[in-house]
Amino acid sequence: MTDIVDAESLSPKRAQAHALPGATHQTSVYVYEAPVRLWHWINAAAILVLALTGFFIGRPLPTMPGEASANFLMGYIRFTHFTAGYILAIGFLFRFYWSFVGNFHAKQLFRLPLNDPEWRKEVLFELRWYLFLEKRPKKYVGHNPLAQVAMFIFMTLGLTFMIVTGFALYAEGSQRGSWQDMLFGWVIPLVGQSYDVHTLHRLGMWFILTFIIIHIYVAIREDIMSRQSIVSTMISGDRTFKDDDPD
Amino acid sequence: MKPTETFYEVMRRQGVTRRSFLKFCSLTATALGLGPSYMSEIAHAMETKPRTPVIWLHGLECTCCSESFIRSAHPLVKDVVLSMISLDYDDTLMASAGHQAEAALQDTIERYKGNYILAVEGNPPLNEDGMFCIIGGKPFVDQLRHAAENAKAVISWGSCASHGCVQAARPNPTQATPVHKVITDKPIIKVPGCPPIAEVMTGVITYMLTFDRLPELDRTGRPKMFYSQRIHDKCYRRPHFDAGQFVESFDDEGARRGYCLYKVGCKGPTTYNACSTVRWNEGTSFPIQAGHGCIGCSEDGFWDKGSWYARLQNIQQFGIEANADKIGATVAAGVGGAVAVHAAISALKRAQIKRQSVAENEENV
Repeated sequence: MTDIVDAESLSPKRAQAHALPGATHQTSVYVYEAPVRLWHWINAAAILVLALTGFFIGRPLPTMPGEASANFLMGYIRFTHFTAGYILAIGFLFRFYWSFVGNFHAKQLFRLPLNDPEWRKEVLFELRWYLFLEKRPKKYVGHNPLAQVAMFIFMTLGLTFMIVTGFALYAEGSQRGSWQDMLFGWVIPLVGQSYDVHTLHRLGMWFILTFIIIHIYVAIREDIMSRQSIVSTMISGDRTFKDDDPD
Repeated sequence: MKPTETFYEVMRRQGVTRRSFLKFCSLTATALGLGPSYMSEIAHAMETKPRTPVIWLHGLECTCCSESFIRSAHPLVKDVVLSMISLDYDDTLMASAGHQAEAALQDTIERYKGNYILAVEGNPPLNEDGMFCIIGGKPFVDQLRHAAENAKAVISWGSCASHGCVQAARPNPTQATPVHKVITDKPIIKVPGCPPIAEVMTGVITYMLTFDRLPELDRTGRPKMFYSQRIHDKCYRRPHFDAGQFVESFDDEGARRGYCLYKVGCKGPTTYNACSTVRWNEGTSFPIQAGHGCIGCSEDGFWDKGSWYARLQNIQQFGIEANADKIGATVAAGVGGAVAVHAAISALKRAQIKRQSVAENEENV
């Protein structure tokens, strides 16, 4: 289970619990490796840029004055969107690769232990915790099971959807026969036509923005209310626990 | 039975000079993107090959495809191609009517079994056993199936035959169905557009008759030579799009200066057609050049995507109309509200637990 400190994540150097000054004794576990943390923040920045530029591709800014030859605003916005898209896509591929070579927690984003009855019970437990039905939260080294489900749906599936539809739309500009068209050209005929793919891609943006609202809120809330660190963990990689009680 | 005439013989019989004939060949080679060397090949094929008969059927349609076709820019096209194909069967244009016409159709099918091209304008309605479109006393869908049985290939003229168009728009009471969903065992060339451009139509027919094979088709069955790029890709107003210069309303300064029509709902960026290169009416103009956005008439289901003057399409679920931004912003606001409420309850709960533990501590002391 995820709430048991597994051997992999306890590298000898890191295993030593930092004894912090204060009344309670705090333990710390190295959870998120540097590539995972780096990916998290690059991905977050890419999403921010993509959502902002994407919004203004669908609803352009007010008209620029002067000659057409003196302006390239829409061109720059689209260029930024495409570049951020490439960064996100390459980062996502790297993150998928890292789920094979990284530690136990690096795998959580891509694999749900749906067959594990214990895990399914924990999902329900977490649901009750968020509905104020449980008094005391549990300790988790990695994602809590409910968070893992949310991550999988919003990020793994959501980003895959955005990358696939995004490259399908990009292929329209890069023309027939381009590698984008060879790899993703099937999307538009599958959906029906180009206009629908644009719409789905825009709905996808709102889907991910909705996730960001939930994600930031829950991260801060759990940082305060749960028994482990959340926000600082994605910066330092270390998860500290606020008490030494078991479970 | 005398051997079938060649194209060239038909042309000469119609009074076309050799000079005009060669001009037609070079124009066609250029239109098809084949390069000058193919001009002689087209001329040779037209001089030597027996012409391929074409049967032209009309289902649920408005005849705009035929109207477009007979206005093809090059006069030869209407004189030659049209007269050649209408000789066989086209119930709108042929001289005969009634039983005589149906007999002509039957005659053509039998004489050229497996050799004729079936061109379909419009589509069959399937509801009520096809009773919404009756040709010669029988449902059109029966005529279509019958004629397609021995056809070499099928051309779906226009958006009706290719996608369904207006009669298949929501809620589609007659269950109008595009041709490729009824005829599944023949090669089908889709030439969408409402109507398709005349030069595109004649180009497709000329290619097939000259080279005896189907033009190269894209993933959805449209000829690549005319449908592989969007209106947007070749639009002469594209520099204004890249510059971020848009018409905000149809009477503003931007409209007078010919800025990009994207913000007033131009569907050029999502529409595959040749309007911005071939243009209409002998290359005179096309909608965007006239100051109106593209309505995307050659795209599947273009009637059901909301306003022609809006950039974001309507999404109709549960009878409510909204666009992606309305739906997205509503969901985001709802989630944001839920987060705020949840945060408030969390804070209250936390305060309550703190008070309790303080009280407990005091008791213990």
